[in-house]
Amino acid sequence: MTEMDVAKELESIKTQLAERPGAKKKLSMVVFSGDLDKHIASMIIATGAAAMGMEVVLFYTFWGTAALRDPAKSASGKNLIEKMFGFMLPKGRNKTKLSKMHMAGMGTAMIRSIMKKKNVASLDEMFEIAGALGVKIIICEMSMDLMGFKREEMIDYPGLSVGGVATFLADAGESSIQLFI
Amino acid sequence: MADNNAIKTLDYKGLKCPMPIVKISQELPKIKVGEVVEVLTTDPGSLSDFPAWAKTTGQQVLETKQESGLIKIYVKRVK
Repeated sequence: MTEMDVAKELESIKTQLAERPGAKKKLSMVVFSGDLDKHIASMIIATGAAAMGMEVVLFYTFWGTAALRDPAKSASGKNLIEKMFGFMLPKGRNKTKLSKMHMAGMGTAMIRSIMKKKNVASLDEMFEIAGALGVKIIICEMSMDLMGFKREEMIDYPGLSVGGVATFLADAGESSIQLFI
Repeated sequence: MADNNAIKTLDYKGLKCPMPIVKISQELPKIKVGEVVEVLTTDPGSLSDFPAWAKTTGQQVLETKQESGLIKIYVKRVK
């Protein structure tokens, strides 16, 4: 090998290293669950990661998508089943319930009041901070379709878009941290 | 003047995880490279969170002090 070849080889190794999976300081998270406690966890991790200088992408799918509904908005043109889903699922993040100890609403109300008392940021505050820190939110297109949610009934959020599994995988592939909540 | 030649004090008393590191990540770019801020917090998690945050972001925690019910953290902007 000549010196030129070595230099060339070194350059190619450097490029491969820089582009290897997980090389980016980036967090990709699937928010699958619709429970209040899990939404709190995902938001704390997301805002924390953004504060650590990481790029953050949250992919909301299945039960998680209901938290992105805006209680002040509604959408027309839904069939009976879609209307039923809309009625049964929480309308927005503040209607979500604890995964344990919900106790017909008592437990959930209690945890919200304890969070307030102990000065833990509410989901509303955390979504606002996440938006300000540039945390991106992608809503799973298929989940929205399954549950009959329309784009126009979702929250106003600066980094909100709709995408599919490939969108998530492309983000996850270059992330150093991937989580499923 | 505060310890470690801190140019200002940031009062994060009462804030819970992740707010102290969210706040410091927004405040630090406002001071000059080489300057130090003093952070006051009551969140015990900050004792490990600030060094971890500094390690990841390339900043520096000069000192952490624990007084009764109050934690003081000195953060230097390195870059």
